Amino acid sequence: MGEMIKMVVVLTILSSLSGGVLAYVKEGTREQIEMQVLQLVKGPAIKAIFKDASNDPVADRFSIEEDGQKYDMFVAKVDGKEMVAFETFGKGYGGDIGLVVAFDVADDKIYGVGVTTLSETAGLGSKAKEDPKFAAQFAGVDAKGPIEVGNPINALSGATITSRAVCSAATDAGDIYQKLKPQIQEQLKAFK
Amino acid sequence: MAKSITQEFVKGLWEEVPPFRLVLGLCPVLGVTTKMQFGIGMGLATTFVLVFANILVSLLRKVIPAKVRIACFIIIIATFVTLVELLMQAYAYRLFLDLGLFIPLIVVNCIVLGRAEAFAFKNGLLPSIADGLGIGIGFTLSLAALGGLREILGAGTLTVWGAPLFEGPLFNIANYFPGFQPFEFMVQAPGAFVCLGIMLCFMNMVGNK
Repeated sequence: MGEMIKMVVVLTILSSLSGGVLAYVKEGTREQIEMQVLQLVKGPAIKAIFKDASNDPVADRFSIEEDGQKYDMFVAKVDGKEMVAFETFGKGYGGDIGLVVAFDVADDKIYGVGVTTLSETAGLGSKAKEDPKFAAQFAGVDAKGPIEVGNPINALSGATITSRAVCSAATDAGDIYQKLKPQIQEQLKAFK
Repeated sequence: MAKSITQEFVKGLWEEVPPFRLVLGLCPVLGVTTKMQFGIGMGLATTFVLVFANILVSLLRKVIPAKVRIACFIIIIATFVTLVELLMQAYAYRLFLDLGLFIPLIVVNCIVLGRAEAFAFKNGLLPSIADGLGIGIGFTLSLAALGGLREILGAGTLTVWGAPLFEGPLFNIANYFPGFQPFEFMVQAPGAFVCLGIMLCFMNMVGNK
């Protein structure tokens, strides 16, 4: 009986100590991790879309909370036009594909897209990130859609599932953009 | 026969070097060694976990009831692995992206559990630290050697953390042998087995003399 109690006590104490330490470290590193993700995952995609921006779109950002979901919005100015970009996800062949979609606030059209994270088959689905021609097709598409494979996006050959995932991420982005547009315009005033 | 602390440390470097002598912990050995730097990064992460898991297991060996020792080891090891994962995300995010799934898998790396069970649970603090460090460094060197061999044969380069952060191969074999064609098979999964086999063969040849 005594041994039984000892086992329970030791395991309980160990587990709670472990939980406490990890919660503390997780809280302590949270900001640093967010910074790293911003700089090394979203940053390069955003900078690639806004090559001609007159500001630093990674630095100029705000976030909007909607339905419990937090969206980080990146603001860019290109030739005097205001753009806003954020990340959405689509279900690919090898897990979630992250896509940053940039909208021109003046005419509600997609200015550009860039893939942030993907784990698709090398040489086929991975082209969604590597082949600039695929991403370029999204430029000028209206936020209202449709953004589908075949209309107006041509799929990557041999990577239908990946192409569909990117299109569905872009469609989601379009929906979110239209829904949040009043809030986006409100926030954009601060960046004038 | 009790060994000295130095002997406990040195045995991990050659006599009991995990992947080649004990042939243990092969999952990360085969999985991440496509580049030399991944091998080093993985090795260092495992060393950290090994040393701290050994320290805690050794300190608590009188408190932990023998019947639930494995469960206690797993809690201790998993805690340190999660710590490594968080710290790596915060301070070496690129390495984290490259190693990805293999970091949480250190939890089930049999070297770590093996040292806790076979050594730290039966020995004092100092020998346990020496054992963890020795085995960890031996593991790191093995992974670096295997990663280096595969990278040189498979891509013709050797990448370690050079200046500007993690990018830029340290040296390129094509600079010395202009006609070099990368043997791409070596950086793919089957090449890992072949390279490991070659290195095991070499280690046995040297060791049996």
